[in-house]
Amino acid sequence: MSDHHEHHAPTGLKRWLFSTNHKDIGSLYLWFSFIMFLVGGLMALVIRTELLYPGMQVVDPDFFNQMTTVHGLVMVFGAVMPAFVGLANWMIPLMIGAPDMALPRMNNWSFWILPAAFALLLSSVVLSIFADGNPPAPNFGWTFYAPLSSTYGPASTDFFILSVHMMGISSIMGAINVIVTVMNMRAPGMTMMKLPLFVWTWLITAFLLIVVMPVLAGAVTMVLTDRHFGTSFFDAAGGGDPVLFQHIFWFFGHPEVYIMILPAFGVVSAIIPTFARKPLFGYASMVYATGSIALLSFLVWAHHMFAVGMPLAGMLFFMYMTMLISVPTGVKVFNWVATMWRGSLTFEVPMKWAISFVVLFTIGGLSGLMLAFTPADIQYHDSYFVVAHFHYVLVPGAIFSMFAAVYYWLPKWTGVMYDRFWGEMHFWNSLLSVNLLFFPMHFVGLAGMPRRYADYALQFADYNFWISIGAFWFGISQLFLLWVLIKACFLKKGEKATMEVWDNPEGLEWTVPSPAPHHTFDTPPIIK
Amino acid sequence: MPSTLFHRAAALLTTLMLSGVAAADWTQRSAENMRPGVTALSQDVYSLHMTVLWICTAIGLLVFGLITWSIFAHRKSKNPVPATFHENIVLEVVWTIIPFFILIGMAIPATRVLIHMEDTTEAELTVRVTGSQWKWHYEYLAYEDDNNVGVGFFSNLATDPAVWERPILSGGLFPVGSARSRVGAEREALSAENPNTFNYMLEVDNKLMLPAGQKVRFLITADDVLHSFWIPDFSVKKDAIPGFVNESWAKIPDDAVGIYRGQCAELCGRLHAFMPIVVEVVPQDEFTAWLEEQKAASAEGPDMTPFADLDEAMAMGEPIFQRACAMCHGAEGQGGIGLPLAGTDLMNNSDRVQENIDILVNGRGAMPSFRAQLSPKEIAAVINFQRHAFGNDGGDLIQPDDVQQ
Ligand code: HEC
Ligand SMILES: [Cu+2]
Repeated sequence: MSDHHEHHAPTGLKRWLFSTNHKDIGSLYLWFSFIMFLVGGLMALVIRTELLYPGMQVVDPDFFNQMTTVHGLVMVFGAVMPAFVGLANWMIPLMIGAPDMALPRMNNWSFWILPAAFALLLSSVVLSIFADGNPPAPNFGWTFYAPLSSTYGPASTDFFILSVHMMGISSIMGAINVIVTVMNMRAPGMTMMKLPLFVWTWLITAFLLIVVMPVLAGAVTMVLTDRHFGTSFFDAAGGGDPVLFQHIFWFFGHPEVYIMILPAFGVVSAIIPTFARKPLFGYASMVYATGSIALLSFLVWAHHMFAVGMPLAGMLFFMYMTMLISVPTGVKVFNWVATMWRGSLTFEVPMKWAISFVVLFTIGGLSGLMLAFTPADIQYHDSYFVVAHFHYVLVPGAIFSMFAAVYYWLPKWTGVMYDRFWGEMHFWNSLLSVNLLFFPMHFVGLAGMPRRYADYALQFADYNFWISIGAFWFGISQLFLLWVLIKACFLKKGEKATMEVWDNPEGLEWTVPSPAPHHTFDTPPIIK
Repeated sequence: MPSTLFHRAAALLTTLMLSGVAAADWTQRSAENMRPGVTALSQDVYSLHMTVLWICTAIGLLVFGLITWSIFAHRKSKNPVPATFHENIVLEVVWTIIPFFILIGMAIPATRVLIHMEDTTEAELTVRVTGSQWKWHYEYLAYEDDNNVGVGFFSNLATDPAVWERPILSGGLFPVGSARSRVGAEREALSAENPNTFNYMLEVDNKLMLPAGQKVRFLITADDVLHSFWIPDFSVKKDAIPGFVNESWAKIPDDAVGIYRGQCAELCGRLHAFMPIVVEVVPQDEFTAWLEEQKAASAEGPDMTPFADLDEAMAMGEPIFQRACAMCHGAEGQGGIGLPLAGTDLMNNSDRVQENIDILVNGRGAMPSFRAQLSPKEIAAVINFQRHAFGNDGGDLIQPDDVQQ
């Protein structure tokens, strides 16, 4: 750990534009994802304003569809995925004792594609707003089912297709980088079974990404050629099949949901042991569970399609496989509980996020198990019950784990402690509002409210009102995080962080000073 | 949160036990749980749902109970010296195996219900359901021994767009809190004077009529994009896919005569939320009589009596335009998804009347064909309307015969 040959790195814009440093690029990813989180959140607020009361209130139904579509795309590809890539960039080299990512120039490239991709996608929204909703932005749902997106898609669909291609390229490059780094740059003595769980989960995620992002690219390309080059992949009139689209999409889409949650498992598995002052329970079984979740994730895609009219045998197969995937997921939850058990717990802000992750993710997991049961899914499918389910695994799931990670490692990144008061405010307000926001969605969904509805029947009125209130509250709560970040990153105000930051935490990242210097582990540490 | 779900589920179960499973009418809709519905199948689905819900609640409570316990009992102030264990093979095997067996236990009833659900054989009535942007088309294909019934009609949302298109940030149709108190209230008919009715968004012009006590098979397809035909009370949900036909079925018991409501469940464009499904279940003899009446009407052929004057045609055309065209062309003909109709050459040039008729009858691009949906007289009426409304002056009166050829 010698930092004496610190380079004369460029400063200002050039530093960020040309950076090949994993910490700089990690910060870029993290800020980008946070901005996208706010942008996607604004779109969610448009949706919830419209749904505050029955009757069309503020926007045209078609603009409503544009909002649900772009909200989904921005949150999945712009907020959650880049956030975890940013975290991987910052933490993987620090955790395995490597000086940087293995392919630093590609790292730079894979980040800088993203702003371009989202500028393209969001330009269609800006255009739509200024042109009064016509020509519309993509308005076919983030799942872009054909033929609504192909034959019937608006002109902006082509922007969307190109931007998804760019996001895909960026993700694949990011994934290659993670794999090469973990495989080749571990410090001497760090065997695979000594890797921190966060590194393990990211390694497996990276393989998932490499397998499925090309499938997504295939799907958008087929939509493109159906639109412009006379093919009929998804058009029955030309011998194609709209259901084929869904098979391809969900063959990407199901592993994608694990891409968004496996790194979260890794984060929580790092944080709980620190604040329980006790090693992670069942490390090996965590690794095997992650691996089996990843493998099973390729065998369950059609559970998103139980209403398309599949053969009975197909439905049974996908039902059983989906039920099976809850076993390794359950193992993880039990392991976290066992890690806390008889530990010596303290509840700093990151720990609060981590524990609420375990509880609320479990709710999302259990509603997922309910959705596995095909006959019941016939009633749940495409209702708000599904919306409740995937928001539980993504918001208090993936996003809470990101918050946990930010509060946990922020002192290492910036050298100052986060503002405790606003951190607590952020946590408590988010915790309460997120449940007001998403829990009643289970009720309206079961009672029969279909998703992607710009207007709804009367019996859903009261819950929708409270859901919207929860949404505004949750939205405002995120501004507290913005303040915490500004204070720590730019104003550098706050208690100075020590090297270890926490009470005897485990991991190589705590052996470098806080803030972590620009270059770390130029000479690799030796792991006994 | 789990305890909320728990309490609600418990309260609901109690209500159901007291009332029997008589949630036959949509007025008895629950605001927070799945409706048991009225068919044997939907009630099987409901009890499967409740079983799974209870098991999940139990698992959830167990896990959250342990976490809560740990938070209180194992905090640093109470337990300053942490234990050091970090694995326990027996425990880990046990909590892998036990869930596995619970799952097998749940899979058995699920498989049974699914097999039942997929059995569409031996239907007595076959209805083809076609979804299109944004209405449903019902065609009665076969009933008992008659394999060529030949009755069909379209079903559109009956709520006037003027009712749901509210001005920006109006206080909403219903002050908060009033919706719940209306559950169980007398249903009012939907009318222009009384738009705030209980069945807002769930009322159609032509209901799907079905007989009680007979197995009905639905053949479900679509004309344009995907739709999904969902009637919660029958546990029927099947995607409508252009170019493909899906099957589903319902057998409504004799004592479940009444009205059931559902909605389109697959995103299908701008008015996805505005294509409800309304089913009226009547006793068999009543159904047979209704069907005979419909057959006779369709055998008679369409009404071709000419319009007496432009006013008559305009009066007939206006509601048709608002119902069938306004969502794309705008209530004032200003355009939207469809081209503007106000003040265009096509509308005002009397030499282009035939072109106008062709577009309506055969469709063009994203403009649907109305041949099957409207009678020649209705098409003539709506053409007269659009050529003389919105400041247009499109020439002579068009008669049903002009459209017929
Ligand atoms: C699903 C939306 C939709 C509905 C419903 C619809 N139209 Fe259209 N209409 C369109 C579109 C889109 C076009 C433009 C077609 C093209 O690109 O050629 C169009 C074109 C037209 C045109 C030709 C306009 C021109 O200037 O070329 C006429 C006339 C017309 N529609 C009348 C009607 C009438 C009358 C009705 C109701 C009975 C109706 N439309 C219902 C979407 C719709
Ligand atoms: Cu539809």
